[in-house]
Amino acid sequence: MSRLELRNVEARYGPVKVLHGVSLTVGDGELVAVLGANGAGKTTTLRAISGTVRRSGDLVFDGKALSRRTEVTARAGIAHVPEGRGTFSDLSVWENLRLGAYTRRGGIKEDAQRVFSFFPRLEARRNQQAGTLSGGEQQMLALGRAMMARPKLLLLDEPSLGLAPIVVTEIFGALERMKGEDGMSVLVVEQNANLALAHAARAYVLEVGNVVVDGTSDELRANESIRKSYLGY
Amino acid sequence: MLLAAFTWTEFAQQLAAGIREGAIYAGLALAIVIIYRSTRVINFAQGEMATFTTFIAWSLMNQGLSFWAAFPIVLAIAFTGGVAIERVLIRPVENAPVLTIVIITLGLALLLNGLMSMIWGGGNRQFHGPFSTRTIDVGGVPVSVQDIGIVVVSILLVVLLGFFFRFTKVGLGMRAAAVNRDSSRLAGVRVGWMLALGWGIAAVLGAVAGMMIAPVVFLDPNMMQTILLYAFAAAVLGGLDSPVGAVVGGILLGVTITLLGRYVGFIGSTLKLPAALLLILVLLLLRPGGLFGRVTVRRV
Ligand SMILES: Nc1ncnc2c1ncn2[C@@H]1O[C@H](COP(=O)(O)OP(=O)(O)OP(=O)(O)O)[C@@H](O)[C@H]1O
Ligand SMILES: [Mg+2]
Repeated sequence: MSRLELRNVEARYGPVKVLHGVSLTVGDGELVAVLGANGAGKTTTLRAISGTVRRSGDLVFDGKALSRRTEVTARAGIAHVPEGRGTFSDLSVWENLRLGAYTRRGGIKEDAQRVFSFFPRLEARRNQQAGTLSGGEQQMLALGRAMMARPKLLLLDEPSLGLAPIVVTEIFGALERMKGEDGMSVLVVEQNANLALAHAARAYVLEVGNVVVDGTSDELRANESIRKSYLGY
Repeated sequence: MLLAAFTWTEFAQQLAAGIREGAIYAGLALAIVIIYRSTRVINFAQGEMATFTTFIAWSLMNQGLSFWAAFPIVLAIAFTGGVAIERVLIRPVENAPVLTIVIITLGLALLLNGLMSMIWGGGNRQFHGPFSTRTIDVGGVPVSVQDIGIVVVSILLVVLLGFFFRFTKVGLGMRAAAVNRDSSRLAGVRVGWMLALGWGIAAVLGAVAGMMIAPVVFLDPNMMQTILLYAFAAAVLGGLDSPVGAVVGGILLGVTITLLGRYVGFIGSTLKLPAALLLILVLLLLRPGGLFGRVTVRRV
C-alpha cells in the first residue's frame, strides 16, 4: 500500500494557480524524488502536502484523508524540512532538536544521541544558537530535527543546496540509514538530479505545475530528453 | 539642583521602596512583553485586566475567604479569562493589521473599566493584603514586611516562569511559536493555543501585581493606569522583546524614580513620570533596542 497518494492536487498563491493537478504516490519505506526546473512547482508540491499552501484535490496519507492544518499533518507523522531549512535561529541546537520531538514523548535523549551519531558536529554545538551555525550544519540540524520526530514520511526540499559535496554525501548517507532503521518514506526535491536518482527508487518530473514524466530512476536515466534537460549528459 | 538631606539608612529604605515599586512594574512589564513577543501587539488592557481580577479577589475576601485561599482561585480565573479573551476577541482578528488589534485591546480596557464601575462602583476601597505593614529591622534598616513580601512573591513568580519557559515542553513551544510560527506548525506546535496561553500567563502576572499593589494604593477601577504607564516604560527600557529585560527594566525604573523623587528636589512626586520617560528617551537614543533588545547573531 502506498503511504502517501496525491490525486489531482492543485495549489495556488492568492489568485495564481501553480499546481495544475499533480498526482503522485510514495510507497512504504520508499525514497521518491521530485525533479524539475526552477519555478516548476516542486516546493509547492511539498507545501501542498504539509498544508502550508492553499490547495485542493485528494491527498491520502496512511489510508486517511490528509488534514489541511499543518500542525495536524505534523502530528500525523509528516516531517517537512522546508526550503531554507526552517530552523529556529534564536534557539539553541538542543532546543531545535527538542522541538523536533515536540509531538512525541519518551526516548528523546536516545534519539538525540542517534542524531549526534549521524552528525557529531551538532553535539559539539549543542548549546550554540542555531542561527550561528554554518549552512551545512544548519542543514544537518534541520534533518536532525526531522529525525527527532520519527516521522512516517519525510519531506525534504533541496537538502544539497549550497553544500560542499562531502557534506551532501554525509547527509544522504544519514538519510539512507534513517530510512533503513525506521522504515520511513521520503519525498525529496532536488536540483541535483544525478544525486537524487542515485538514491531514489522512483522520480517524478514537474514542468509548470504538471507531472510530465515519471518512472523508476533507471527508466529516467535511460530517457534521452530527461538526460539532456536534467542530467546534463 | 536642590538635593535633599542624605543619610545612608534613609537611602537604603528608599532603595527598598524602589525595589518594591519596581517588582510591580516588572510583573506587568513581563506580561506586556509576553504578549508583544508573540503577536507584536501592545496590550493596553493589561492594567484593567489586573484591576478586574483584583476586584474579584476583593469580593472573594468579602465572602470570608482569606487572602491565600482567594489567591489561587483568582489566578485560575485570571488565566481562564486571559485565554478566553485571546480566543474570543483576538483570534478572529489575528490576521488584521496590528493597529486593529491594539484598538481592540483599548476597547477592552474601556469595557473592563466600565464593568468594574458597574459591578463594584467607583471610590477607593481598602484591600487587605497578606502582609503586615509593620517594619522589621534588616541589617539596621527598617523595611516593611509588606515590601519584602511583595518582592519575594514577584521573584518567585519570575523564577517559576523562567523555569517554565526554559525547561518545559510547552514553554519551549511558546518560545518557538513567538519567533517562528511557520516552523513551529511544521514541528506540530499548536501555535494558536500557544498564543492563547501567552494571554493566560499575562493575565496571571497582572492579577498577582494587582493583588500585591492594591493594599498599598487602595483599590479602585483606575488603580493600574499610572502603574501601567511605568510598566510600558519598563518594558521599552528592557527591550520589548526580552522577558529578562522587562524584569530588569522594571526594577531599574522603580529604583531610579523612587530615588529621583526623594533626592532631586524639584522632581518630587509630581514629576516622576516625565522624569522616567525622559531617562528612557535618552537611553533609547543610545540603545534603540532597549537594554536587552534582541541581539540575534545571524548569518546572512
Ligand atoms: N509565496 C508565493 N507567492 C506567489 N507565488 C509564489 C510563491 N511561492 C512560489 N510562487 C510561484 O509558484 C511557482 C512555483 O514555485 P515553487 O517554489 O514551487 O517552485 P520550485 O519548483 O520549488 O522552484 P525552485 O527550484 O526555484 O525552488 C513559481 O512560479 C513561483 O513564482
Ligand atoms: Mg523550490
